[in-house]
Amino acid sequence: MKLDEFFVTGDPIIFLSQIAIGLTIIGLVALISYLKKWKYLWQEWFTTVDHKKIGIMYIIAGVLMFFRGGVDGLMMRAQTSRPGLELLDGQHYDEIFTTHGVVMILFMAMPLLIGIMNVVLPLQIGARDVAFPKLNALSFWLFFGAAMLFNISFVIGGSPDAGWTNYFPLAGVEFSPDIGNNFYAIALQIAGIGTLATGINFIVTILKMRAPGMTLMKMPMFTWTSLVTSVLIVAAFPILTIALLMMTLDRMFGAHFFTVAAGGDPMLWLNLFWLWGHPEVYIVVLPAFGMYSEIIATFSRKNLFGYKTMVISIVAIAFLSMLVWVHHFYTMGNSAAVNSVFSVTTMMIAIPTGVKIFNWLFTMRKGRIQFTNAMMWSLAFIPCFTIGGVTGVMLAMAAADYQYHNTMFLVAHFHYVLIPGVVFAVFAGLYYWWPKMFGFTLNERIGKWHFWLFVIGFNMTFMPMFFVGLDGMSRRMYTYSESTGWAPYLGFSAIGSLVLAAGFAALVYNIYWSFRYASRDIGGDPWDARTLEWDTASPVQEYNFAVTPEVTELDQFWKNKKEGKNKLKKEEIKDIHMPSNSGIPIIMSVAFGIVGFFLIFEWFTLAAIFSIAIIAGLIASSFDYDDGYHIPAKKVLETERKWRGDL
Amino acid sequence: MKRIRTIFYITAILLATLTLTGCESTLTVFDPQGPVARNLTELIIFSIIFMLLIVIVVFVLFGFIVWKYRAKPENEDYEPPHEEGSTALEITWFLIPVLIVVALTIPTIITISDVEDIPEGYDDQEPLVIHVTSADWKWIFSYPEQDIETVNYVNIPADRPIQFKMTSAGTMQSFWVPSLAGQKYTMANMQTQLYLVADRPGEYIGRNTNFNGEGYAHMSFEVVAESAEDFNEWVSDVKNTANVLTEDEYREILTPSIIGRKTYNETHLQWIDHAHGGSEEYINPEDYETHLYEQEGEIDEEDSDVSITDTETDEEQDESESEQSNEEMDMDESEHEGHDGH
Repeated sequence: MKLDEFFVTGDPIIFLSQIAIGLTIIGLVALISYLKKWKYLWQEWFTTVDHKKIGIMYIIAGVLMFFRGGVDGLMMRAQTSRPGLELLDGQHYDEIFTTHGVVMILFMAMPLLIGIMNVVLPLQIGARDVAFPKLNALSFWLFFGAAMLFNISFVIGGSPDAGWTNYFPLAGVEFSPDIGNNFYAIALQIAGIGTLATGINFIVTILKMRAPGMTLMKMPMFTWTSLVTSVLIVAAFPILTIALLMMTLDRMFGAHFFTVAAGGDPMLWLNLFWLWGHPEVYIVVLPAFGMYSEIIATFSRKNLFGYKTMVISIVAIAFLSMLVWVHHFYTMGNSAAVNSVFSVTTMMIAIPTGVKIFNWLFTMRKGRIQFTNAMMWSLAFIPCFTIGGVTGVMLAMAAADYQYHNTMFLVAHFHYVLIPGVVFAVFAGLYYWWPKMFGFTLNERIGKWHFWLFVIGFNMTFMPMFFVGLDGMSRRMYTYSESTGWAPYLGFSAIGSLVLAAGFAALVYNIYWSFRYASRDIGGDPWDARTLEWDTASPVQEYNFAVTPEVTELDQFWKNKKEGKNKLKKEEIKDIHMPSNSGIPIIMSVAFGIVGFFLIFEWFTLAAIFSIAIIAGLIASSFDYDDGYHIPAKKVLETERKWRGDL
Repeated sequence: MKRIRTIFYITAILLATLTLTGCESTLTVFDPQGPVARNLTELIIFSIIFMLLIVIVVFVLFGFIVWKYRAKPENEDYEPPHEEGSTALEITWFLIPVLIVVALTIPTIITISDVEDIPEGYDDQEPLVIHVTSADWKWIFSYPEQDIETVNYVNIPADRPIQFKMTSAGTMQSFWVPSLAGQKYTMANMQTQLYLVADRPGEYIGRNTNFNGEGYAHMSFEVVAESAEDFNEWVSDVKNTANVLTEDEYREILTPSIIGRKTYNETHLQWIDHAHGGSEEYINPEDYETHLYEQEGEIDEEDSDVSITDTETDEEQDESESEQSNEEMDMDESEHEGHDGH
């Protein structure tokens, strides 16, 4: 293979990126070496099995990927801002919207939500860690390795260009002979394995490690949604694993599952993809619903209205989400009967979702609503998500979908669902739980800038898309002519995307400002909150709870506060058992990354040689008899005394 | 039914005014030009009424609650009550959406069956059958009865049902003429069907909505609806003047490229119907290894070729021809005609 086929050449934007990536890597390595931080990073972060640190790493990676996916989005809006513009050619645009979709769903939304779940979940149920800490670290490193592998595609070898849905036969070697789509097949496979492990890990954690007395119906809402999401992950991700495996066999080994030739069936890909893809939407949206429930209750100073129906609703949504995948291809020539059935099941999802919206509204009723940043995001979610929801019902009507399918109307709809439903929630969650991670709150004033710029920018960017969609513009068009009359809408949208980007910049500035200047003296419970995670120090002690809390009802922490019972008794503190750090997860992730890279380039011998490292990692792991260490009671007592001020 | 229809149109007009942003034209989907599209538009407007209702209720309730129960210095000591929920209220906001879903389901199911058949009122007419074959990145229309074939435009008689039998020569595409009907996928080795009727003569833009690679954004075509006489005249013109389609030429058309309009005698159906297999013989992966931007010069050449080889030498410049030369000048020109714009 020639060097110019290995590196992507011939595009000034990509050339600049190559230089920027090279300089960033050199700069980072030099900086860490200069500060002599390698040992610290290795011991405290790279080998950690602490769920809070893993959560933080997920969040950092997620924010970085958000930036990358956001730049993709800005480039798309810039390209379509004027008719006939030539910032990007068709091919480059195709690569950008493909990576935008993949990055935003799998490498932004998933890690940010799983990151917050990692930090919060064990704390909410009064646990010391997740059920399988080392597996948790492996999940993170697999995701991280996959994200890096996927990201190098645009400078090495070429990006995937068949859309994030990657429809066959277009995505097959017949029509996409470049290796770009191999990146899709392999990177998603590696990330998917990590996610599946996370799902199993969280299910076991929630079912087995709850504090004594916490029955299922006394679990906080976020724990409930995390549980349901984890079950969905375990139900849906194996389908993706198989679909990607078949794709790999098709592309690299001459199989014909999805091709035009030799009896392959492209519709098989569509069915498998959406059997995973539709639940995936709910995998990212359900935890968000949980966060809103916590935040709205806390800042209204009320318990959640209709807790039981909320639980029933999320279970119903999860169940229905597995039954609706055909609505992604109403227009493939199904019989009217098939379309009708899927039309009904899809519309039914609106019912439990509507119930949740009204329950949130009534949680606020008779409350005392404080407009903190976390609450602002939760409030903005309600109207914005309602627009996304009702347009979703419109799309669900199969006959009407004949006019919306694959148009900008659809693009507007899913951004109106996913941005309020996931991104707003992540922001709300970050502002809310930030003190648990870092020991200070983010600045509220800069946060308001972040909020208004982002929310206004979001509406400006995506609202016009409903109209161009109804005016006949299909999605993924990199250019259009003046005579279509779409230019004013898309120009407005492009301006909106800049406002949106300014909002993101305000968040970054907020994080920077708060790290430097925010007060560290905030106590364990700065929001006067309701759930158990607030019964810890900020940032949380490494062992979480000195003494495992006991639960008799929902919002136990709130009840204890009201009754003045959240005191710790000195004699109850005992030695605490903790798991040891392990280097195996990160080493295995590197091995997975290398094997994946060779597979992508179809260098099978090298891939086979390096896959020995993966197997060696598994064997080493199973002979690892290190069963952790103990933190002596004396040290626990000291730590507790420091932040509680008594004992 | 008549009353409901009136309500539809009043709402449609209201909506149209709402959605206008200084532009004179109506959004294409709200401006149907045939019974099939009109059927869909009515369903869409029907759903929008319900959706607006929901949005208004949620927004008003949201605004009211957030305003009324906001934290103020005066209510600092106010301790909100503990409320478990309310069975009556929760049942209410469970049942109302159920009713709305039922109300939306019934017309949806009726419309789904309606659009899959010859539109009401046209059942007595024999539909004109046109085979559609989509390829990268052009549309091929075959008229088996007339034994002619066109590329990137399709002439149809107005006020007569048309039955499109659709397939793809390779990747998956989606056939969409928003003014006349909803869309449907075209897939290799399969056949999908779409019925439509145009109310009156006119020109409408159709396009592919399913992403299929680099030339996707340019993959549009024009539907020209004419009176029955004009249509017949056009057919006989083509029969008399257009070149005969050869298999080599057909292979040339199928190679991935963006080309202008073409008109031929005879159809490719004599060698292959992509709905029934055999497409692989026409697919060459090597064709996809070079990208469009790397071969731009060639494309222009090919395009200019078109006018020399495929147009008739007669002085009698018929419609298809003059359009064809328009097309040569500017791909985008054709999109102009379908819009009532500005």
